[in-house]
Amino acid sequence: MNDGGGTPVTATSGEAADPPLPGLLGRELLFVTGKGGVGKTTVAAALAQLAAQRGKRVLACDIDASGGLGSMFEVGPTGFVPTPVAPGISVMSMDTEASLREYLKLNLRIPLVGRIGPLAKAFDFVATAAPGVREILTVGKLCWEVREGHFDLVVVDAPASGHVISQLGAPQAINDLVKVGQIRTQTDWMLDILSDPNRTGVIAVTTPEEMPVTETLELTERIANETAAALVAVVVNRVLPELFSTREEEVFERLREPKLADLISDAVGGDVTPVLEAARLAVTMRRARAVHLRFLQERLDPSVPVLLVPYMFTRVGGLRSTRQVASSLGEELGL
Amino acid sequence: MTTRPFDAHRGSLDRLLASREIAIVCGPGGVGKTTIAAAAAAMAACHHGGRVLVLTVDPARRLADALGLAGIGNAEHKIPEEMFREAGVTPRGELWAAMLDTQASWDALIERHAPDRRTKEQILANPLYRNIAGRFVQSHDYIAVERLFEIHSTGDYDLIVVDTPPSRHALDFLDAPKRMAEFFSSRLLRWLIIPYRSRLVNLASRPFYQIADRVLGTQFLADIAEFFILFQSMHAGFVERADAVVRLLADRRTTFIVVSTLESSPLGEAELFADELVRRHLHLGAVILNRTLPDYLRDTRAGAVARALGEGADEIAKRLPTDPAITAPLLREVAESFLNFSLVARREAEQRDELAPSSEVVAGAPAFENDISSLAGLLALGETIWG
Repeated sequence: MNDGGGTPVTATSGEAADPPLPGLLGRELLFVTGKGGVGKTTVAAALAQLAAQRGKRVLACDIDASGGLGSMFEVGPTGFVPTPVAPGISVMSMDTEASLREYLKLNLRIPLVGRIGPLAKAFDFVATAAPGVREILTVGKLCWEVREGHFDLVVVDAPASGHVISQLGAPQAINDLVKVGQIRTQTDWMLDILSDPNRTGVIAVTTPEEMPVTETLELTERIANETAAALVAVVVNRVLPELFSTREEEVFERLREPKLADLISDAVGGDVTPVLEAARLAVTMRRARAVHLRFLQERLDPSVPVLLVPYMFTRVGGLRSTRQVASSLGEELGL
Repeated sequence: MTTRPFDAHRGSLDRLLASREIAIVCGPGGVGKTTIAAAAAAMAACHHGGRVLVLTVDPARRLADALGLAGIGNAEHKIPEEMFREAGVTPRGELWAAMLDTQASWDALIERHAPDRRTKEQILANPLYRNIAGRFVQSHDYIAVERLFEIHSTGDYDLIVVDTPPSRHALDFLDAPKRMAEFFSSRLLRWLIIPYRSRLVNLASRPFYQIADRVLGTQFLADIAEFFILFQSMHAGFVERADAVVRLLADRRTTFIVVSTLESSPLGEAELFADELVRRHLHLGAVILNRTLPDYLRDTRAGAVARALGEGADEIAKRLPTDPAITAPLLREVAESFLNFSLVARREAEQRDELAPSSEVVAGAPAFENDISSLAGLLALGETIWG
């Protein structure tokens, strides 16, 4: 399956034996999901980075083949074969047709790629008709990597909220539809992996805004009701810093009075109004977001940890921001 | 304000929507497509008059929230005029809204195309059908354009604004009708169901069926085959319909509005989408950048003031009647915060300028401090992108 190409670069950790990572990163398969645009890919890359820094062999998998995950490590789009991108980290992009080919090669011993061409096409039709078939090829490949133990941890940059449910629910859906046949025998061991909360976990990423929070809460419910997998953490990305304490805020409000604002303007030699206005905007934005964050924390199962990642003013994307997010996640996890 | 390279747009959303019958709002997920679509439709109903419909296909059902309506369904509903009055406006026309219910739309489609009652009932009872209609991801895409076609052909509306479903790829819904037609026309599909049509074919002699049987199991294949045999009876109707839908998307009366935020990943996807529309000779009418920061953050003089404020915080604090021990660090915070947000605002402006040549209209909507949950809020948002 890896054809040797997937052998990960060993992390340059000086420790003789890798200490077991408790909690979140101690699992084998992590699905990172969330509404589009909340920074799911960055969080997936950061978790891979954190685990690799602690001596884990990590496979990070891009589901939608957009190459987003690779760019978080400053490499171009990756293929189906895991490619080492950083010490301890390999990246791959999911490709259901390649997954099917691999599956057939492994399970049915059909080595002739040429003969699989039309079969793959026919399979595409079956997959279109039968829900879960395409998803099972995705989930199957991920579970297979876990079962084979080529990596200690597989981090999945999973598709946006709704689709991840069909993926996680695929083995069960197939089980319901298909009573016999090879696919049926395959789903059982996949379900074993997916339903074990010590091995598999879903991490929902959100921002402290109303709609992402609402959808995250919907998602957590659907994960519980429609899949065998467990929600193991919620990451709240782009949390704005608290600008003022209460006492500072009283002073700030006074400074915004025209008389004092004019005094400051005179002192700095220019109109200070936009600068004060920007600070007020920052405070209001932070406050509006705090409401959504509180709402999320109140509604979530208290056993699910909520990890906060601050708003990064300086960078969006690339290895630098992966590192920054990894370090704040590390702090949140007490690593 | 000194830095506003951006005002030189050639058209406006106002003019664009006045001349079109269908506006398809598309773009990456999570950028506020649904809200922008509702805001544009509300503005058109207010200013242009006539009957305006906003059709949302987002399964998260957020349009209802934004319009303050709980549970609008598959049928079109008129937004009560009182709601406009409460928002302080007298609309020239009517605003209607409908939510896409995939299951109901599929059922309606089967009703329309099934050759007879028995086929219809068999399809509706097939175990795969429920799954296809309810969970088959791409069916949202197809159903969305199909329903648009259906509504447009009633001639009931002057303007239909469509909010597209969240797809893995923003383009999926453009290809959906063609894919659906190809699916029903395909030789492979017929090949797949041959053995179940005729017992004369020796199943075991064909390697493909051997493999398919081993992988999927005979019963499952039989279910699939039955489903497709039934569906085949509706083939001609479906293909004809899909062709008509494709023509409608390319019609002169249809325009596309791409929505994005200025964050790198949605923006990249929006750019790809805009390019693809152009490549397909579809009309890219507007690019709307949602949740942009206010212009004053890019003011260079304000930036200089912020730096001076941070550097001279101790001195300035002494000149003020407030407690210097609190004021000095406070001023530094204020200065730092301005410079931080200014950096983000300038990055946004840079990206906005790069996008500008791609479309007739490029408009920016500000980041609202609170999420929009009323018609008044929608109209306030609409004002920022209208002119």
